Amino acid sequence: MQVKLSEKDQQMLEGQHGKAAQLAMSILVRMAEVYGAAEMMDVSQAHIDGCGLLTDSGLEFVETLAAFGGRVSIPTTLNMVPLDLQNWRQLGVPEEFASKAIRLAKAYTDMECIPTWTCAPYQGYLTPRFGQQIAWAESNAIVYANSVLGARTNRYGDFMDICAAIAGRVPRSGLHLKQNRKGHLLLRLADIEPAILREDTFYPVLGYLLGHLAQDKIPVIEGLPANATSDQLKALGAAAASSGAVGLFHAIGVTPEANTLEEAFQGDAPEHVVDVHFADLARARSDLSTAEKGAKLDAVVLGCPHFSYAEFRQLAQVIQSERHGLSRPVVRLIVVTNQVAYALLQRSDFVNTIADFGVEIVLDTCVMNSPIISSDAKVMMTNSGKWAYYAPGELGVRVAFGGLCDCIRSATQGFVQRGETSWKKP
Amino acid sequence: MEKTLIGKPVVAGSAEGTAIVSKQPISFWGGVNPRTGEITDRRHERSGVIVTGKVFVFPQGKGSSTASATLMESIRAGTAPVAIINLKVDPILALGAIVADELYHKTVPIVVLSREDFDAIQEGDHLVVEPNGTIKAETRKTVQ
Repeated sequence: MQVKLSEKDQQMLEGQHGKAAQLAMSILVRMAEVYGAAEMMDVSQAHIDGCGLLTDSGLEFVETLAAFGGRVSIPTTLNMVPLDLQNWRQLGVPEEFASKAIRLAKAYTDMECIPTWTCAPYQGYLTPRFGQQIAWAESNAIVYANSVLGARTNRYGDFMDICAAIAGRVPRSGLHLKQNRKGHLLLRLADIEPAILREDTFYPVLGYLLGHLAQDKIPVIEGLPANATSDQLKALGAAAASSGAVGLFHAIGVTPEANTLEEAFQGDAPEHVVDVHFADLARARSDLSTAEKGAKLDAVVLGCPHFSYAEFRQLAQVIQSERHGLSRPVVRLIVVTNQVAYALLQRSDFVNTIADFGVEIVLDTCVMNSPIISSDAKVMMTNSGKWAYYAPGELGVRVAFGGLCDCIRSATQGFVQRGETSWKKP
Repeated sequence: MEKTLIGKPVVAGSAEGTAIVSKQPISFWGGVNPRTGEITDRRHERSGVIVTGKVFVFPQGKGSSTASATLMESIRAGTAPVAIINLKVDPILALGAIVADELYHKTVPIVVLSREDFDAIQEGDHLVVEPNGTIKAETRKTVQ
């Protein structure tokens, strides 16, 4: 199918708006064919994931666009970058890697992207509004924008993001259209005890299971607590977008396009109904760990996606409540975050609690994409379903998944600890 | 025995190689190392297999937005599969192949097949992928 172009689209394609817009539009037109789109449409905001991984080809692509004089035409935020821009030397990032990573960052900011450097852009600056048509990349941000905010984006990949940002256009297709946002699969939280729903591990575990069950379908969750927080939904979506290709989920009474079952399924019946039982969740929780209790730890990583102010407060509360029993960490306890949450932390009354405890705060980046973990590391622990999913492949480590308390205790002991939780029951 | 399968080209091109078949979706970032071509997703059934020079047959992509960057880098580095055959169109993988084509005039053809044709491909089959999406699959006696 030949996509119908506007006059301006056609001008861009012919090079009348510069070589960067021409390259961007030629990629968008080819992608329109992949999506089977009949026409293009406007987007009013973009989020770039292409700045996150340092590769020679990714650097060459963005430097080409920047050298062509490319400029974004809509407000465009940036994902994490492959290094902590201020502290990379202390973190031991090699000079050659750093110089390329800094060039990568600069090419994007030269094109007037906003240097937010975060994979949780929805908790920072320029949060999209309900119904807004956007072009977002970064799997966890996509699922959050679609599901929790009710903004509309497809699951865009690296490089389509900057093309859309330059052109302000995307193929009119997929999740941009209301009729493609209806639920397919109903997941009922059947016999899950309230105590499980209160466990901080519940959300990433449910997300991990959700991705496996839904794959690329749109799941609708019935029975999710109405008071689920932004951070809990962030953890759920991030895990679901790792184990599956989930770009949108609905949760009845929680997310904005799912006030009722009827609304979530747009009046249709679910294609499938799945009852999620305690045993399914318990198995998913166990599958997230590849390292056993008692394994000797090399580091603990929190903040995937980036830690929020509220999560820093929870961390401070864990440290304070267990203060008497806790020595300082004996392994690296790394928290990855962005400048927005970090600035709020500096103004909090618990900033010293966290600093004195010896928490290592890393900004702007991702432990998976920045060389800051020793290649000798064998076992790491996290409270993130997404991080637990990818760490064995990306870092070559065994991973232990656990709640915030278990992560902190384990860091102070130097081996994987598991305290009593509601997961132990039936 | 030779079969002719009629697919839809997502990214058109010619290629020839041995099939590596998986029934599980995969995220290329966090799943395939662009320096070595190894499947590094330790949760994947084909973990440890090298896809370089092979026709990689799997139902669909999943996971990371960076899958496009990973595929493009593996095309640049020469570690990519020679072709990808899916059951469902994955725009993120298509994007990686398309941007590589724009930047380097090198790509990886991607074809989607019907369920029946997808299931007809066996591990080790010799596959010839044509630009119109036609795939010739020949099962050869292989040393197990």
